Amino acid sequence: MSAAVVERPSSVAGTDLAVTQRRIITSEWIKLRSLRSTWFSLGAAILLDIGLGILFSGLRGNDAATHQVPAADFDSIEVSLRGMFLAQLAVGVLGVLVITGEYATGMIRASLSAAPRRFPVLVGKVAVFGGVTFTLSTLMGLIAFLGGQAVLHTDGYGVSLSSPGAARAVVGVGLYLTVVGLLALGCGFAFRSTGGAIAAVFGLLLVLPLLAQALPNSVADHVNKYLPMVAGSQIIAPHQAPNVLGPWTGIGVSALYAVVALAVGLFVLMRRDA
Amino acid sequence: MIEALRLTKRYGERTAVDDLSFTVRPGVVTGFLGPNGAGKSTTMRLLLDLDEPTGGAARVNGRRYRDHRAPLREVGSLLEARAIHTGRSARNHLLALAATHGIPRRRVDEMLDLVGLAGVAGKRAGGFSLGMGQRLGIASALLGDPHTLLLDEPVNGLDPEGVLWIRNLLKSLAAEGRTVFVSSHLMSEMALTAEHLIVVGQGRLIADTTVEELTRRASPAAVTVRSEQDGRLRELLGRDGVTITSADNERLEVVGMTSAEIGRVAAAAGIALVELTPHQASLEEAFMQVTRESLEFVGATR
Repeated sequence: MSAAVVERPSSVAGTDLAVTQRRIITSEWIKLRSLRSTWFSLGAAILLDIGLGILFSGLRGNDAATHQVPAADFDSIEVSLRGMFLAQLAVGVLGVLVITGEYATGMIRASLSAAPRRFPVLVGKVAVFGGVTFTLSTLMGLIAFLGGQAVLHTDGYGVSLSSPGAARAVVGVGLYLTVVGLLALGCGFAFRSTGGAIAAVFGLLLVLPLLAQALPNSVADHVNKYLPMVAGSQIIAPHQAPNVLGPWTGIGVSALYAVVALAVGLFVLMRRDA
Repeated sequence: MIEALRLTKRYGERTAVDDLSFTVRPGVVTGFLGPNGAGKSTTMRLLLDLDEPTGGAARVNGRRYRDHRAPLREVGSLLEARAIHTGRSARNHLLALAATHGIPRRRVDEMLDLVGLAGVAGKRAGGFSLGMGQRLGIASALLGDPHTLLLDEPVNGLDPEGVLWIRNLLKSLAAEGRTVFVSSHLMSEMALTAEHLIVVGQGRLIADTTVEELTRRASPAAVTVRSEQDGRLRELLGRDGVTITSADNERLEVVGMTSAEIGRVAAAAGIALVELTPHQASLEEAFMQVTRESLEFVGATR
């Protein structure tokens, strides 16, 4: 500690300093990995998903075997991947916190002082959080699938990754949770407060399907399939059920929710004072 | 160089910054002074493009803040409210900011050394004292080796040693030809650090002047004189444009004459002086007087 800052040769002289999208992405990666909440949330998501996948596989496989359910009628893939519905809580909360944590602590002012153009900041967060979520949750889907199928094998229901719909479902876990994460990120940017954003995310994902049940059946059939969780989760279903969208259309529709949330978030980020 | 051009910011009915224009030049420390709620922090946020002005414009080094290619190289800032994620370590906080500009890691370590946080660089910033938080803020302000510094109440929460450190740091940065703009509500602190002053009250410009000039303008210099023949001296000094007040019979407070003039008058009359002390109004008094006038002015126009 001294006032000798001026005598010291500046170590930034000669460096080409400029804000670029790539550098913002690097910065967002440092921010994401340097918070404990990131690893707690993602760790919880991974443990829940894999653990539940194996647990469900054991229980359901055992039950099906005692009732002598034919293998063709058993949804082996989906059973091992259903843990993602719980994992989405952790991913959704983290997606919100990635930005509302900055507003709550004032960090946003430091972030926007370093990178004053708002759009690249949002792009940086989408790229980093989306990328990390997709990579980890696809990997997690793969482990849950392999673990679940190993357990199901003992009852004769196990399938391999090359069976129809299996690879799509594994990648689908990654896609679905990324959509949930980005929807949460968009809501975080839009609401700026943790509570409001979390209410919005889980209202959309979990409460809307319950409300839709109050509608007359003829209407509900048309509405329900477009809700984000219903549409997005078809990607892990091996057979197309009636009154739902196809796997790829479904994930596309759920991705639209995330895009709209991010667009609203961007609007708020650009227009409102930090 | 910092320029505020008819800068105005309204929050609903409340006007935080009102048609404020000033220029901050490089080479000296410029104090940004005003009572709490005068609009200093809002002005700082407008300069940094964090808030959008309702009217007018803010320029730093000739451009809007966000139009600079490397903003941290242009302006280093410390905002009054903390701008640090409590869950992140000091080093990671600086690394994340440095990464946006491609500032090398070495510079981050240098700054941690400079502000005396190297020993706690790996600890979560949430556990930092107010003073340590300020030091981390200073480190991030200096990260890009900026031409201009914008510091909102930098001595808040610092111990005397830290205050002295900031004072010397600011002066040496200005001496290097940088623009240094520091806000404070403490006139006494500014008196020791700043050469130039921009004084605001209720969002408006009250004075754009030097510390010296403000003191001179605020209240005329008084001289305390004591002699053994108090009554005679009072008569001799009593002339047009001179006011004499006295706390007691042996001490005269003379306004309107310099100490040299009083000394000459006394010597000519053969009066021995016991004391002859010139006083300058303290900057604190000058500041209070100037802001009081402005508040009265605002009150009267309502």
